[in-house]
Amino acid sequence: MIVQTLAFYLFAVVAVASGIMVVGARNPVHSVLFLILAFFNSAGLFILLGAELLAMILIIVYVGAVAVLFLFVVMMLDVNFVALREGFARYLPVGALVGAVLLLELLLVLGAWVVAPGALERAGVPIAPAGEVTNAAALGAVLYTKYIYLFQAAGLVLLVAMIGAIVLTLRERTGVRRQSAARQLARRSEDTLDIRDVTTGSGV
Amino acid sequence: MSGAVGLEHYLAVAAILFAVGIFGIFLNRKNVIIILMSIELMLLAVNINLVAFSAHLGDLVGQVFAMFVLTVAAAEAAVGLAILVVYFRNRGTIEVEDINLMKG
Repeated sequence: MIVQTLAFYLFAVVAVASGIMVVGARNPVHSVLFLILAFFNSAGLFILLGAELLAMILIIVYVGAVAVLFLFVVMMLDVNFVALREGFARYLPVGALVGAVLLLELLLVLGAWVVAPGALERAGVPIAPAGEVTNAAALGAVLYTKYIYLFQAAGLVLLVAMIGAIVLTLRERTGVRRQSAARQLARRSEDTLDIRDVTTGSGV
Repeated sequence: MSGAVGLEHYLAVAAILFAVGIFGIFLNRKNVIIILMSIELMLLAVNINLVAFSAHLGDLVGQVFAMFVLTVAAAEAAVGLAILVVYFRNRGTIEVEDINLMKG
């Protein structure tokens, strides 16, 4: 139990600290790396909560795909990031104010909030006691049956996002000479070669 | 299921992460990349909330929903970064304050 508590505070503190560093880091590459750290520590929190599958998905999808995509874009774009940080100090007070007010409100809700009586008995899909079914098996059993439409909708969202991203970034560049393999392969010797029998001294 | 640490602790962490995300959006008004990262941070906070409640109430539906949030976040990042790349290609900068050309 004490190990769990220590692990929670470790993960929580590092997650929050790296979240702050994401926002405040000078170099966007560092921001992305701190984002990855935040994701890893949140995955640790998920494991403490018994959601192993989501923790692994968080690492694979977020760190493996989304964060790397961010890193790719940050490194690909040749942006003057120093100029983008102008007005940092100007926005600091209002940002801090809004953040502090929001945090205060959320913590106030947290202080006064209680679980509704009977809520614990009304679980839509109760979690089996630890050791009976693995988290992945339990999620799979319900995801592919009861929530199949949600699953399909998620797939549709990803499909539309993929098509959208491709459509947005694909561009036809005009005025660029390109190799056309099909045209090259379609050429035959009859089309281009002409064998003449030239008599001496007369020319072609 | 929620172990040694109470639900409130997880909710506090999620609330702090969410507030940090909001703070980041205000702080980096010009840099779209950081704004997108702040949105990811906020969605992560939402996920922590969902999973914490799922564990506390013994209900698996929260985790299913968290997975859906994860999907939407990935799609959002992909489309957002695609828009960013196109915008950079057209304008040579990623300052969001310039994006008011379609006004009126």
